[in-house]
Amino acid sequence: MMNCQQATMLISESQERALSLPEKMNLKLHVMMCSGCRNFSLQVPFLGKAMRAYASGKDEESKKK
Amino acid sequence: MGSRVVELLGALLRGKLQRSQKRNDATRKSIMDALTNEGMKSDASEASILSDTAFLNDLRRQMVKFATLQLSNSHAAEDAVQEALIGALKNAQSFAGRAALKTWVFAILRNKIADVLRQKKRMVEASSLLREDEEGEDFSELFDKKGFWQSDEKPASWGNPQDSLHQNQFWKVFEICLEGLPGNQARVFMMKEFVELEANEICTAVGITTTNLNVMLHRSRLRLRECLENNWFLKGEHA
Repeated sequence: MMNCQQATMLISESQERALSLPEKMNLKLHVMMCSGCRNFSLQVPFLGKAMRAYASGKDEESKKK
Repeated sequence: MGSRVVELLGALLRGKLQRSQKRNDATRKSIMDALTNEGMKSDASEASILSDTAFLNDLRRQMVKFATLQLSNSHAAEDAVQEALIGALKNAQSFAGRAALKTWVFAILRNKIADVLRQKKRMVEASSLLREDEEGEDFSELFDKKGFWQSDEKPASWGNPQDSLHQNQFWKVFEICLEGLPGNQARVFMMKEFVELEANEICTAVGITTTNLNVMLHRSRLRLRECLENNWFLKGEHA
């Protein structure tokens, strides 16, 4: 089974490219059993979302609320 | 549209022109033309929120900082910021407040940066991007010898992180965490997630391999995530 360092690497890469089927299956298996990597897999897309919101005025908008 | 906006953007650009002796005459003329034309179009409706020179100076500072990080070249960065401000002037009618202005100039700046990065093919030598100290960075703080999370480093649940996007305090923490990333990691992370270049475009622009890029993005995400968790999502629970 892959370890957490490999799993987080694949989770990160999934933002840049489509993972292969074996990669996906191995990752799925790992994430099912590892809460840390499961949380990581939810956090990575959020980081991208926050980055796009940052500096495009979202912080300024929130100040008005 | 507030004529005040035009005035202030004009003041920013003029300030820039005075500081930069190297600016060529053609650019100078196009800016002055833009200023003159827009100045004549001014109407009565003024947005008082935009009469904030401190805000505009701060905005310009943020733009230069961001562009410099992305382009690793202060002249190219000043040019991109200047072009973005000129673009903003030409479309000054669309501003409806500070948020709109900031969104607008950053959107233009992002496009300028993407253009420059795509055109130039390579902005920097690979050597400046891949410093030994960063490459040699090891993961022993995060992972044990077998590559599994150290017990106190395991990512926790963030609940519903979307809510944070509406909190001012979150953005302060986010900015500090972003600034805490090693420069090159911050740079490629922002190229990917903010300038929204494709992975292969980033590799070409900065002269690295896909493997290098993946490693750098992996590290930047691990670091950023950890910083946000410690300083925002779990803040208080650790105390």
